Amino acid sequence: MQRFVKVLFFALIVKPVVFVILGLNIRHREKLPTKGPAVIAANHNSHLDTLVIMSLYSLSHIHRIRPVAASDYFMKSRFIAWFATSCIGIIPFDRSGSAGQRELFNPLHDALDKGDILILFPEGSRGKPEELGRLKKGLYYLLKERIDTPVAPIHLEGLGNALPRGEALLVPFTCSITIGDPIITLDSSRQLNSELEVFFRTHQDEE
Amino acid sequence: MFDIARNSLYAMAGIVTLLLIATLIYLYKSGVGGQKELTELKLRIESWWWMIAIVFVALGFSQVSAIVLFAFLSYLALKEFVSIVPIRHVDRRAIFWAYLAIPFQYYWVYIGWYGMFIIFIPVFLFLLIPVRLMLIGETEGFIRSSGILHWAAMLTVFGISHIAYLLVLPVHNELGGAIGPVLFLLFMTELNDVSQYVFGKMFGRHKILPKVSPNKTWEGFLGGFLTVTLISGLVAPLLTPLDLYYGFVGGDDHLTWWIFW
Repeated sequence: MQRFVKVLFFALIVKPVVFVILGLNIRHREKLPTKGPAVIAANHNSHLDTLVIMSLYSLSHIHRIRPVAASDYFMKSRFIAWFATSCIGIIPFDRSGSAGQRELFNPLHDALDKGDILILFPEGSRGKPEELGRLKKGLYYLLKERIDTPVAPIHLEGLGNALPRGEALLVPFTCSITIGDPIITLDSSRQLNSELEVFFRTHQDEE
Repeated sequence: MFDIARNSLYAMAGIVTLLLIATLIYLYKSGVGGQKELTELKLRIESWWWMIAIVFVALGFSQVSAIVLFAFLSYLALKEFVSIVPIRHVDRRAIFWAYLAIPFQYYWVYIGWYGMFIIFIPVFLFLLIPVRLMLIGETEGFIRSSGILHWAAMLTVFGISHIAYLLVLPVHNELGGAIGPVLFLLFMTELNDVSQYVFGKMFGRHKILPKVSPNKTWEGFLGGFLTVTLISGLVAPLLTPLDLYYGFVGGDDHLTWWIFW
């Protein structure tokens, strides 16, 4: 049932919005991970980021793609919580820092063990429009125990103009999305983050 | 629905025939070899089939579907434009107003209110955009943003909506029908593009505007100009109210389009 709602939501609403109203330039689609377990690490500027990344997948795969999203934001009201878990299929994640690491990461490991693909935003928040915030370390700690899970870096551009933080009005812009070569987990969070940051910054400068 | 005047139907059939011939030549050539040039040709022919299919179905189906098609083209063009120009982040709400102008402008087309159609963007939107920008309250770069936005709306909405207005003009040439002038305009524009490409490839030597468009040549320009003048003179009386003499000139209006392509 949940899967049906999600497929319908993407077929009727998300995909038309992403491909007709917005329009995407996709670079290196072939690098997009098609089989889980895998993690997508993207820069974050807009609620649309998640939807755009998920739209790249076919409807038959879409239930395998699980965005990891802040529970303090997405679980706070009943309607939003229903929407986030049923239509999008998020895995709620506690940002407050009160939960222990094991408890925090268990649902993520479960999903990866099932062969799902996770979407993570290492900046941890949407931040200022079209600007890259500081990268957090969670991604490294998640992957430390599963060295063979690849990380696919994705750079998104323009969505922070189309629907920035704090705005409810969508203004259409053509956006671009670049998928990078997979990163094999490195031996410190600093190394992983600098690799990601180099990727994000190079594509930011190209525009 | 699909009630197409005789000459327009012939014109559509003619275009499809030309494209069929091109496809057959491509298929023959791809058997012989020489891959690099051919991929470009293949892409061109493929996109031609798509464009023709969409345009013909929308034009032939009904007046509303044809107007909606051009409104959608305006939308795509405006979106592309505002995504490329350097514009302030705070301008997004004013950009939204420029998008809102599209349904209004094409509604004027639909009801045939020429007076409103012709001043809505040049006068009203021209004044409304700065008002919206003023309400945003960011003064630095204000004039630049209003200039860019109005220019974008003139080019992509006002300009393209004129093609749609051809559909609601009184029909003076029964055989061409309401869509005859639109077919004529699109066909001449594309003929110009194709014949410039062909003449340029065959005889091109002297560059015409190397900084703007490196592959365009004087030989291509003149070849396209002469081809379009000749053919538009012959085709105009069939599809449009223009007679032979106006027709010779009429087709060349579309030379301005060439600069954009």
